[in-house]
Amino acid sequence: MSEAGVRAAELADAAVAGDRRALARLLTAVENRTATAEVALRRLYPGTGRAHLVGITGAPGAGKSTLVAALIAEARLAGRAVAVVAVDPSSPITGGALLGDRVRMQAYASDDGVFIRSMASRGHAGGLAATSTAAATVLDAAGFDLVLLETVGTGQSEVEVARTAATTVVLEAPDMCDEVQAIKAGLLEVADIVVVNKGDRPGAQRTAAQLRAMLTASASPRPAPGAGGEAADHPRPKRPDVLVTTASTGEGVPALLAALDRHRAAGRDGLADAARLARAEAQVWEIVAERLRDRLHRTAAGPTTESTLRAVADHRLDPYAAAALLLASLAGGPPRA
Amino acid sequence: MSERPIKVLIAKPGLDGHDRGAKVLARGLRDEGFEVVYTGLRQTPEMIATTALQEDVDVVGLSILSGAHMTLLPRVTRLLRERGLDDVLVTAGGIIPDDDIPALREAGVAAVFGPGTTIAEVAAYFRTHVRQPEG
Repeated sequence: MSEAGVRAAELADAAVAGDRRALARLLTAVENRTATAEVALRRLYPGTGRAHLVGITGAPGAGKSTLVAALIAEARLAGRAVAVVAVDPSSPITGGALLGDRVRMQAYASDDGVFIRSMASRGHAGGLAATSTAAATVLDAAGFDLVLLETVGTGQSEVEVARTAATTVVLEAPDMCDEVQAIKAGLLEVADIVVVNKGDRPGAQRTAAQLRAMLTASASPRPAPGAGGEAADHPRPKRPDVLVTTASTGEGVPALLAALDRHRAAGRDGLADAARLARAEAQVWEIVAERLRDRLHRTAAGPTTESTLRAVADHRLDPYAAAALLLASLAGGPPRA
Repeated sequence: MSERPIKVLIAKPGLDGHDRGAKVLARGLRDEGFEVVYTGLRQTPEMIATTALQEDVDVVGLSILSGAHMTLLPRVTRLLRERGLDDVLVTAGGIIPDDDIPALREAGVAAVFGPGTTIAEVAAYFRTHVRQPEG
């Protein structure tokens, strides 16, 4: 192993052994996609898959950070170690970011059983940063039992979190969601649990009832497990639990944590095998796509790529022919370790 | 990644309840291309040091108006050192008399930005003085 490889392995081992400084540094390497990160992630991966990775998503201001803080409080009562990855958007203009999710969580800043990390999305669309999944893997390896992944404020279609998290929680605010909103395709479809937060506001129970009626009752019943063929035949919509919380007071949060635990247990019983495979697939394709882009831009193929893209811009070449050309140029290239 | 953004923690130690300046600075640094972690009011030195550690920031900017800087700022720098964060750039801003600056520098506060400092000046200082680790 190279000297850099040895350093990466040491960093990974220290992070797993409980060295918080090493953990933080490793997360930085992951965010910056350095060679260190790859060596460390490969070393850590076999020991992961134990944490419950929960995605928390919803519109800006719905109360995601406050709910995360309330979940930390509840999980800490049970003595569980909790990690948070909180993503906020990067400026598309300057690349800068204001990471403000911690404001709601600082009560736990000095608790050894809690680790909170803010991440900028760095140009990645979809609600997360490109490296959020890898960051969650590192926190899983470091022994956190519950890893909460808070997305940027989302709209209708940022469903990426569901391809990373084992359980996806979609937050709604009272009166933000009528029955037609509830039956639109997109974010609500990927929810394992829908939470109407700000439960002390008027309209919260009504919103929850509407969501329940539209999301739960409308979905056709699932065949019994083992009846065969259901997963491959036709993907079926989820039937999410709909809960009401008031994150600022903690009301409803014990019930939410219990629902999360139930969903986790169901996953362990093998009911979520297809979902687990889909998550693995998403992760691997992401790396494959990134490497293809890298090879097309950074290796000897670089100039060909440039001129091919230019030809499409000038309408001398159609995009399909260009894609075929680029793929052909890769086929002869040297394999990368 | 060709060039990673510098990560800055803007923190308000102590009990004063005025964070307009800290927020304006955080916003301004965002516009200068920094990734800025903002943690809100009334942070203890312990909270600030742990946050700096977990977020692995390059810079800790402490905003303080209460007059307690001679007590709080050296505690922050000491805790940072104790946790192995001796390569983090620590700066301060707010209402800090000139007479106190030498002692603060002695305690590990690299620079003190008084009223009238522009955001561009702060950004330039961070860019020049942050040590970017290799790898």
